[in-house]
Amino acid sequence: MQKRKVDLVVIGGGPAGLAAALAADEEKVQNIVLIERDIELGGILHQCIHNGFGLHYFGEELTGPEYAQRFIDWVAETKIEIKTNTMVLEIAAKGQEKWVYAVNRTDGMVIYQTKAVVLAMGCRERTREAIRIPGSRPAGIFTAGTVQRYINIEGYLPGKKVLILGSGDIGLIMARRMTLEGSQVLGVLEIMPYSNGLTRNIVQCLEDYQIPLLLSHTVVQIHGFERIEGVTIARVDANLVPIPGTERYQAVDTLLLSVGLIPENELTRMAEIGLDKVTGGALVNQNRETSIPGIFACGNVLQVHDLVDYVTEEANLAGRAAARYIDSQRVQGEQIEISPGNNVRYVIPQKIQEPITDPIDFYFRVTEPMSVGEIQFWVGKEEIYRTKKKFLKPAEMIRITVSFTNWEKMIQVGKLSVVIKEVS
Amino acid sequence: MQREVICIQCPRGCLLNVEFDEVKILAVHGNRCRRGIGYAEEEIYHPTRTLTTTVRVRGGVYAVIPVKTIKPIPKERIGQAMQEISSLIVSAPIESGQVIIKDLVGLGIAVIATRRLTEAN
Ligand SMILES: Cc1cc2nc3c(=O)[nH]c(=O)nc-3n(C[C@H](O)[C@H](O)[C@H](O)COP(=O)(O)OP(=O)(O)OC[C@H]3O[C@@H](n4cnc5c(N)ncnc54)[C@H](O)[C@@H]3O)c2cc1C
Ligand code: SF4
Repeated sequence: MQKRKVDLVVIGGGPAGLAAALAADEEKVQNIVLIERDIELGGILHQCIHNGFGLHYFGEELTGPEYAQRFIDWVAETKIEIKTNTMVLEIAAKGQEKWVYAVNRTDGMVIYQTKAVVLAMGCRERTREAIRIPGSRPAGIFTAGTVQRYINIEGYLPGKKVLILGSGDIGLIMARRMTLEGSQVLGVLEIMPYSNGLTRNIVQCLEDYQIPLLLSHTVVQIHGFERIEGVTIARVDANLVPIPGTERYQAVDTLLLSVGLIPENELTRMAEIGLDKVTGGALVNQNRETSIPGIFACGNVLQVHDLVDYVTEEANLAGRAAARYIDSQRVQGEQIEISPGNNVRYVIPQKIQEPITDPIDFYFRVTEPMSVGEIQFWVGKEEIYRTKKKFLKPAEMIRITVSFTNWEKMIQVGKLSVVIKEVS
Repeated sequence: MQREVICIQCPRGCLLNVEFDEVKILAVHGNRCRRGIGYAEEEIYHPTRTLTTTVRVRGGVYAVIPVKTIKPIPKERIGQAMQEISSLIVSAPIESGQVIIKDLVGLGIAVIATRRLTEAN
């Protein structure tokens, strides 16, 4: 078993890990190791071959692989040490010390003793178990992301007569992709009365190919033994309960599930880092630093992002903060807790901690679609910031940057709440 | 003639009700700004899309490589374009940006690889 001393270990080589490692390198951190379990860097972007990435960050439309390649090329120009085909099994922390246990075929087990860690393990898809559809357990039921990988990387089409459950962007994109490859996509079902996908994807992925979007519908039963033969679908009421009498049988050979993503936080849990029940990711301060000083989190492991551009931004922030931590080994000071109020599902960061950096980037989501919302920040009974935003949807993350002037007061109260009021 | 078109020029996503004849737009309803009119005209007479798909690869670490058209192509040519692209087999190694098809279905638009793919060993 090898032991090595380094300054920073970044776990996960997707867009978050790549950008965090680059930002730390730019801040002159010396020994950075970037660990990725796959055979190459780039993460989930390699299978996202459609375009639309990078509009915010690069001001041009790139495909997923092209977006990833830019960062992979930049990393290659630095002295960041890259370990692909390497899996992190555990992280541990005690006082200022942190250890990362990683394994691969050539080096066996390596223990990295490190000053700081950036968690960038991404997310995984919810499966059928996570949503509990009754019926048998035949072959032919896949998550949309799995099929995206089969088609776009491995080059095979897993089915011909397809129904997609869930209208998130991955489901919409796969509806088009499978149609182009010659499958018949019978429809996309969405249990909510609105789609979770971008309008652009509804137009270009469904309408272009006359694929029906059935809102307020779900799958209530799966049929077939060895391979799926069909499903029973039904309309649901306002409480998302299937309405008796609306059931209808649909023959299919494939069912795709696009029912949400969950941050991949097994390692985080093992290290006893505090987690947020709503986001499924770590609780962090404005530097994306977790409850363990010197361990940071960014990208989909922290919160499921809909735009990779924001992943990169968040990772830059975490990488720079890790560099400052390595420099000073500072401790976390007084904190202000941030709580989501009316119409707000969650807020990242969940706390602001001294030393305070200014301004602060907030990311959050609404609970319900709203055409105009007023975002308000409250400290005790005093409103300290407000701004209006249009066309708020749960599927689209809201990002705002705020500069505060009254830290003293905020620290005294110790709490900040974010609420959104619908404006008509 | 009449058709409904969703404008995707901005996140509002207005539902446009468009009246048109063979050559020109007669009226657009439902647009919340002027850009909606230009969009309706494009969508009705010359709808275009950037096509992204994959091409089979011989001898690569993966069986297919992702590609895209360097410019949007007319929407009605997508089916034909897919036929040409899926009948092709290319050999690894391939560089990102490498031209895979020079002139896709006679449109004068190239198809390029969007990633690097090394040879399998
Ligand atoms: C199926 C799918 C499709 C998507 N499509 C789109 C899209 O079309 N457009 C869009 O903007 N966003 C899309 N997203 C969201 C997309 O994931 C993010 O935009 C972005 O890729 C997240 O970056 P990340 O680095 O946080 O995670 P990822 O890209 O998932 O990277 C995480 C990396 O960590 C590695 N890893 C995890 N655990 C370990 C471990 N223990 N040891 C070593 N390595 C580890 C993984 O192998 C992976 O490479 C999609 C997500 C999924 C899951
Ligand atoms: S018509 Fe104007 S406001 Fe409406 S979606 Fe198009 S660009 Fe946006």
